[in-house]
Amino acid sequence: MDIFLQQIVNGLVLGSIYALVALGYTMVYGILGLINFAHGDICMIGALTALTVAGALAAMGLPPPLVLALSAAAAVAVCCALGVSIERVAYRPLRRAPRLAPLITAIGVSILLQYSAALVWGKQYLSMPELVRPTEIAVGGVHLTDLQAFIFLLACAIMAGLLWFIRSTRAGRAMRATEQNRDVAGLMGVNVNHVIAITFLLGSAVGAIAGMMVVLYYGIGHYFMGFMLGLKAFTAAVLGGIGNVAGAMLGGLLLGVVESLATGYIGDLTGGVLGSNYRDVFAFLVLILVLVFRPSGLLGERVADRA
Amino acid sequence: MRSAVELARQWREDPRLRWLGYCAVAAALIALPFAVDAVLGRAWVRIIDVALLFILLGLGLNIVVGFAGLLDLGYIAFFAVGAYTYALLASPQFDLHWSFLVLLPLGAFVAGVFGVLLGAPTLRLRGDYLAIVTLGFGEIIRIFLNNLNRPYNITNGPQGITLIDPLALGELALNKSYAVAGFTLAPVHNYYFVFLACAAASIFISLRLEDSRIGRAWIAIREDELAAGAMGINTRNLKLLAFAMGASFGGVAGGLFVSFQGFVSPESFALLDSIMVLCMVVLGGMGNVGGVVLGAALLTALPEALRYAGPLQQAWLGDVYVDPSDLRMLLFGLALVLMMLLRPAGLWPSTLRRRELAGAGESGVAR
Repeated sequence: MDIFLQQIVNGLVLGSIYALVALGYTMVYGILGLINFAHGDICMIGALTALTVAGALAAMGLPPPLVLALSAAAAVAVCCALGVSIERVAYRPLRRAPRLAPLITAIGVSILLQYSAALVWGKQYLSMPELVRPTEIAVGGVHLTDLQAFIFLLACAIMAGLLWFIRSTRAGRAMRATEQNRDVAGLMGVNVNHVIAITFLLGSAVGAIAGMMVVLYYGIGHYFMGFMLGLKAFTAAVLGGIGNVAGAMLGGLLLGVVESLATGYIGDLTGGVLGSNYRDVFAFLVLILVLVFRPSGLLGERVADRA
Repeated sequence: MRSAVELARQWREDPRLRWLGYCAVAAALIALPFAVDAVLGRAWVRIIDVALLFILLGLGLNIVVGFAGLLDLGYIAFFAVGAYTYALLASPQFDLHWSFLVLLPLGAFVAGVFGVLLGAPTLRLRGDYLAIVTLGFGEIIRIFLNNLNRPYNITNGPQGITLIDPLALGELALNKSYAVAGFTLAPVHNYYFVFLACAAASIFISLRLEDSRIGRAWIAIREDELAAGAMGINTRNLKLLAFAMGASFGGVAGGLFVSFQGFVSPESFALLDSIMVLCMVVLGGMGNVGGVVLGAALLTALPEALRYAGPLQQAWLGDVYVDPSDLRMLLFGLALVLMMLLRPAGLWPSTLRRRELAGAGESGVAR
């Protein structure tokens, strides 16, 4: 039972990171109907930027909270610039092109980002400097580190902030209007290009924080880390109902828990035939199952096939 | 210039001239490996062999992406299925040594079954969902191939399977050298002719398919699935057929690949390989058989040419800044983006596609 609870806690922490990345997918999908394939790699760039800046600042002997804040700021700035310029250069000219064109462009951008990162940072694993040694807290038989708690709470705060932004601000209302009907929103005086840029800006900023959380949590980063992260986050977005912001959050948390439980128990359940090395398979299985049985996701209302 | 145009027109109209042209092309293709062997060395004959395999793969993916308009990002998985089918049944792994006459069709069949298995639950989804699911499928296959060495050793895990049988009929094995009429036929030459025959067959099949009832139905589905359905086309079955058909091309290519290499490991079937095949189709011209052949040839030769990029950097800049294989990927990514922005129909677009894209631009219809 303790192991069960422990896996759930681990899953929630991991899931909150997936949820943050999934937000980037779902917001862009909601407005443009585009799977921004490069989003996982934007998170990777954020993670590696944070890692480099943190390493440099820690070497200068700054206090850890300041190092964290500054490296997060650097990552967010880099990713925002990147996200907005990618939209401007690669996606905007293709807005009215046939469906496959922007998707193939997105794959191209993803490869470009990965191998540019390999050029800048090399192909080896990079380690995040340990700023604070995580201390364990025991809550009713479940162990979690203060780092895990920090990641989870920060992720929740960001999600709440984003929900508030979309529901209550003028820009958020413009986003929702654009999502419902881009042309009509334009007629009503919404600057659609502006709104799309804001969407990429928000998604990339949140993605940068998520990428930084990954390197904080695992202690290492790699030029290819965005691929799996992106796929799982996309799965989370589909699970929750793509285009639905609250759904992405729910989907992320759920996927984290499912993956954590499945990885923890698969060895026992199959008598040791399948081991935890099948970990990455679960996300895909969840994805396929959701798409087969409930393509609109848990919270989505839209039909999957709008012609 | 005038006479060239005149010649081309005459060539198109006069069947005798056309056959002459075909014979000239055939003779050139037969002489090609020997000429390349003499001028550039044997390594380049090997590269041409690989290019022919990629033509096979590209044409298979073209059925799915180009004809039917279904974006498949895990196409290399079918290649892997064909490769492992061959490798497991013709190697010391289980001490089975079946003939390729059984194994190549079997590889095509097994890959086709996998295509249907993957397609059946996912084909009613929208195109972009399909892309992600196929991508996931490709990764799952690779993860399984990597881990199916415990508790029972099936695929031998990351080490892969070695000592795979070559293509052989009785005493005649393709991995031996023969002397025919004064020419030495090294293994690379033998395989060249087999691969050439397969590539030619696949080009023929693709061209005939394109003009067939099935091919036209695929193109109708690609253009507008709802309308195609309303015209009485069974869209689901035809999409499944496209998937199975494309997959079986991949299965055959996989079997040929491992018999050529004599070795197979899961490493050969990464996502990047799927993307490379996709690049060939997109770059050459989606839906145009000639374009795909061009794309496959270009993208196999280009990385080999990039091999000189390392020494060049050393000579000009004093150090190797960009690893040639990374440079290749950077160029691939850039090529995908630029092609979509500047020449979305590919280097050698199909006439239909070109007309469509021009039409869509004029009327500004959002799709």
